[in-house]
Amino acid sequence: MSDFEFIDHSYDVVVIGAGGAGLRATFGLAEGGFSTACITKVFPTRSHTVAAQGGISAALGNMGADDWRWHMYDTIKGSDWLGDQDAIEYMCKEAADAVIELEHYGVPFSRTEDGRIYQRPFGGMTTHYGEGTAQRTCAAADRTGHAMLHTLYQQSLKHHAEFFIEYFAVDLIMEDGACRGVVAIDLATGRLHRFRSHMVILATGGYGRAYFSCTSAHTCTGDGNAMVLRAGLPVQDMEFVQFHPTGIYGAGMLITEGVRGEGGYLTNADGERFMERYAPNAKDLASRDVVSRSMTIEIREGRGVGAEKDHIYLHLEHLGPEVINERLPGIAESARIFAAVDVTRAPIPVLPTVHYNMGGIPANYNGEVVTSRDGNPDAAVAGLMAVGEAACVSVHGANRLGSNSLLDLVVFGRAAAKHCAKILRPGQRHAPFSADAGQNSVARIDALRNAKGGRSTAEIRLEMQKTMQNHAAVFRTGESLGEGVEKLRSTFASFADVRVSDRSMIWNTDLVETMELENLLLNATATIESAANRRESRGAHAREDFPDRDDTNWMKHTLSWVDEAGKVAFDYRPVHLDTLTDEVESVPPKARVY
Amino acid sequence: MAEFRLPPNSRIRKGQHFAAASGLKNVRRFAVYRYDPDGGENPRVDTYDVDMDSCGPMVLDALIKIKNEIDPTLTFRRSCREGICGSCAMNIDGANTLACTIASDSVRGDVRIYPLPHMPVVKDLVPDLTNFYAQYASIKPWLQSRTPAPPDRERLQSKAEQERIDEPAACILCACCSTSCPSYWWNSDRYLGPAALLAAYRWLVDSRDEATGERLDDLEDPFRLYRCHTIMNCTQTCPKGLNPARAIAETKKMLVERRH
Repeated sequence: MSDFEFIDHSYDVVVIGAGGAGLRATFGLAEGGFSTACITKVFPTRSHTVAAQGGISAALGNMGADDWRWHMYDTIKGSDWLGDQDAIEYMCKEAADAVIELEHYGVPFSRTEDGRIYQRPFGGMTTHYGEGTAQRTCAAADRTGHAMLHTLYQQSLKHHAEFFIEYFAVDLIMEDGACRGVVAIDLATGRLHRFRSHMVILATGGYGRAYFSCTSAHTCTGDGNAMVLRAGLPVQDMEFVQFHPTGIYGAGMLITEGVRGEGGYLTNADGERFMERYAPNAKDLASRDVVSRSMTIEIREGRGVGAEKDHIYLHLEHLGPEVINERLPGIAESARIFAAVDVTRAPIPVLPTVHYNMGGIPANYNGEVVTSRDGNPDAAVAGLMAVGEAACVSVHGANRLGSNSLLDLVVFGRAAAKHCAKILRPGQRHAPFSADAGQNSVARIDALRNAKGGRSTAEIRLEMQKTMQNHAAVFRTGESLGEGVEKLRSTFASFADVRVSDRSMIWNTDLVETMELENLLLNATATIESAANRRESRGAHAREDFPDRDDTNWMKHTLSWVDEAGKVAFDYRPVHLDTLTDEVESVPPKARVY
Repeated sequence: MAEFRLPPNSRIRKGQHFAAASGLKNVRRFAVYRYDPDGGENPRVDTYDVDMDSCGPMVLDALIKIKNEIDPTLTFRRSCREGICGSCAMNIDGANTLACTIASDSVRGDVRIYPLPHMPVVKDLVPDLTNFYAQYASIKPWLQSRTPAPPDRERLQSKAEQERIDEPAACILCACCSTSCPSYWWNSDRYLGPAALLAAYRWLVDSRDEATGERLDDLEDPFRLYRCHTIMNCTQTCPKGLNPARAIAETKKMLVERRH
């Protein structure tokens, strides 16, 4: 690439990613008069938000009494007191408005008899601070994510937002500690583009593909997290990986928690509804970390189902074909295709499966990326925001409640657009880039495109995925994590010996998968090393050698930096226990029982 | 004279064969369309022998196995692998469908895989969908209403009204239907095709939308709508079991009805 030239662009704001959060930010900005480019590696409606099933939480009270303060309490408890209460207050208070707005945009929500948005029960969602079961999760049958993502894309079309579709973002352009833009590669031509902007908003989603078995799409490779790490900034709370209790056994596809919300339940080999023992009140609707651990214990103690006694049954036969057809048609289809099960007659074989990353890029409730700098744990990084699963705001803390993710996307996508409107003006002048801006990316891509090493991308990726699956699972021990860290270090080092076979410029997916693998390796390293480092159990991070939550030493966010060689450095940020306003009291830590 | 053969640079040649290791008991052959835009050569069909004992059940599993273990240059789109994102639409065993939801077992003989028909091919199984997406955008697929929405609550919609949009709103824009339609093959420059028409219908029957008249005006055109000749390939092929042909018929009925 010696005759290499960038194609340059200038925008007020550049958004990376076109899932729920990215699209909500994008058209919010376009609506506000900002010239906005949304860069996305897949056509917007292919983003992984499309696969969200159960719903989006908001205390609308359509199906019984509800209050955003109860929602806030549930979210804090669900987070195992690692969530920042100011951000959680913001999200739960904004929820009703955000969901009503979605309805006004045309989301085809399911309806109640009186024509309002239908709401279903979901795990960990209660009324009166843990007393009753809330019906808070607004649903469009069991394809709420699809309904939302398509509607958000439609709004983006309405507002004439500008898209760069099937462009893969490679690196942030950082100058003097501020983000000035990004480098991206156009898959259709292989040409490199350089985007200059006053703000870059990362909305790149999670990194489920660091694991062997996950509900996440192939494209969930933590690209934004890795871009941040390469820019010398930290990621936060990466040890907290959510295992969804009900992934289809073997295939890993998601079966929504909405199944249990509608009355489905889990059984072991004895036909026992074992969740009654682990969570006497919430039973099958305890929060996800609790249910996943209970299932794992059942299997471990020999009460799993199937020939190998290695999974659990999820029943919805008793709901009857009518309820299934109206509210869970997608699940019926998935179970038929991927598990050969007719859900009106037989249970679905399920297993806890990697689903969501609570960790990500540290950000505040305005969307601004923060880091610990000069003794300030909340120092904002100029020119950079993060929203959605890529961000760690942290509203989910150590464990996310189901249906809080779709809410997170729209609330913080919108918050980022609003905050840009406060701190930027449309059409501000851009200072020129420094002469070598983006050149590091050119060198890296060039080297990868011509990589002639001994190990294929797929081989290295599989090794990483197996290590993560075996050593950073539902239950963890110091010993097993230590082994995992060693294995992953060697896998990380072997990336220097990667081989790319496709040398072409046009639609080189071999090259893209290799860059995605490079990103996954950074995410995986931060995850497993942070897990080995945190010597307590909290939310989704269950250490058998440290079974208790330790608020004295560990009620803090982990910041981790990963350098080029894969070496990790840690620091910490305090949890924000103070609320945003005096409309609600802070919830002090207590034992977490469901 | 009309030319009935493909132009010489489009004719498909026989490509490479990638044999399986010997001693495997359960081998299937996948015949896959390849086109390398960098090389300037004609398209070809490569054949891959895949060990099905170490392969997942779906055609997408086989394609990924080929890319991971046999030929990393094989190029196709994929993402969710569970039939909801619409990325991996392609022509498998002669029909348009999603590679992630069709089992290799359901195909007899060699599994023949081509890109979606009658679209410009960017590379291998990746078609250029620019026109398809532009047609979708052209029907203004967003809610239009003059009545302001209530400020602090949702618009009301009965269950029966919601049911009318439930199915058409479930489209995943995979393009299987439009690219299976002979009328679309001939007139995709002017005929909107079943996917865009299904999207238009979704807003025509949404009780909250108030632009029905304008939407029908935009569709009342010998090409945009009326190039549908009720061939019904669209409904036959839809991997989500939707019925674009019926939506188009209903739209035509609405146009007839409003004349009276």
